[in-house]
Amino acid sequence: MTSATVTREEADLLERLRAGDERAFEALVESYYGTMLSIAQTYVRTRSVAEEVVQDAWLGVLRGLDRFEGRSSLKTWIISIVINIAKTRGVRESRSLPFATLAADDDEPALSADRFRSANDAFPGHWWTPPADWRALPQEVLLGRETLGVVKRAIDALPDAQRTVIAMRDLAGCSAEEVCETLSISEGNQRVLLHRARARVRAALERHLDG
Amino acid sequence: MRARGYGRRSNGISMADNTEHITCQEVVDLVSDYIEAALPSEQAALFEQHLNFCDGCMNYVEQLRTTVASVGALREEAVPDDVKAQLLATFRDWRHT
Repeated sequence: MTSATVTREEADLLERLRAGDERAFEALVESYYGTMLSIAQTYVRTRSVAEEVVQDAWLGVLRGLDRFEGRSSLKTWIISIVINIAKTRGVRESRSLPFATLAADDDEPALSADRFRSANDAFPGHWWTPPADWRALPQEVLLGRETLGVVKRAIDALPDAQRTVIAMRDLAGCSAEEVCETLSISEGNQRVLLHRARARVRAALERHLDG
Repeated sequence: MRARGYGRRSNGISMADNTEHITCQEVVDLVSDYIEAALPSEQAALFEQHLNFCDGCMNYVEQLRTTVASVGALREEAVPDDVKAQLLATFRDWRHT
């Protein structure tokens, strides 16, 4: 598991950044710009607003650099700056509601109950309409522009907490530990939110690919 | 690939008889934790036992892996040159303040 504190490489990078090493900053930008932009885009309506969010986030990173104490990883810290700015912008745009709570309070099933055999059936809880085999589908369909558009819209439509968790885990590649720490949620809560978010995105993909 | 080429396969019906087993509906709720390797070992064993017999759930697990990969495919990589130049200029300003 990835450590949620600053690694030796990050500590070294931090030292160079604080010393004003331009190459170190360039390396940081190259490592995180894409991830920051992708995360920002899940909170605001347009790419250009997302670019502004990322621009502001970099200013936030520079302003905070001297005060950053390394209690989280550098990556987690940068991503949390993006999320905070993006959320503020998203609210201003009425794009998203502020987190009232990060608790996984809704109790929706991952899949509608009518996909399964009922309690009166000989095999209750087993598939009524089993999922299709997507391994037969060509990569250009699975990872094509149209499919990725479906994925993006499905993420956009998620409740705020689920969207943040799936964006951090599956888009930005943060560890579960990093997400729990950044969002101050429990490991169990993180898993429930991730499970629900993935289930909803999968369902959207299923409607697109099998529909 | 796990759970391939073993046992009788069905289209969604678990062949577990009197032994402890989980249903497809339960599998669906555990898949995300399973691919996270976050299931307790006993539950993971039951889960894998189920997959051995169930094409539908095997497909569901694969679909969820595909979902995770497709979300990752949304990540952008390249920094446009003008953006990088602008950020570097900001860094130079910051360094001098």
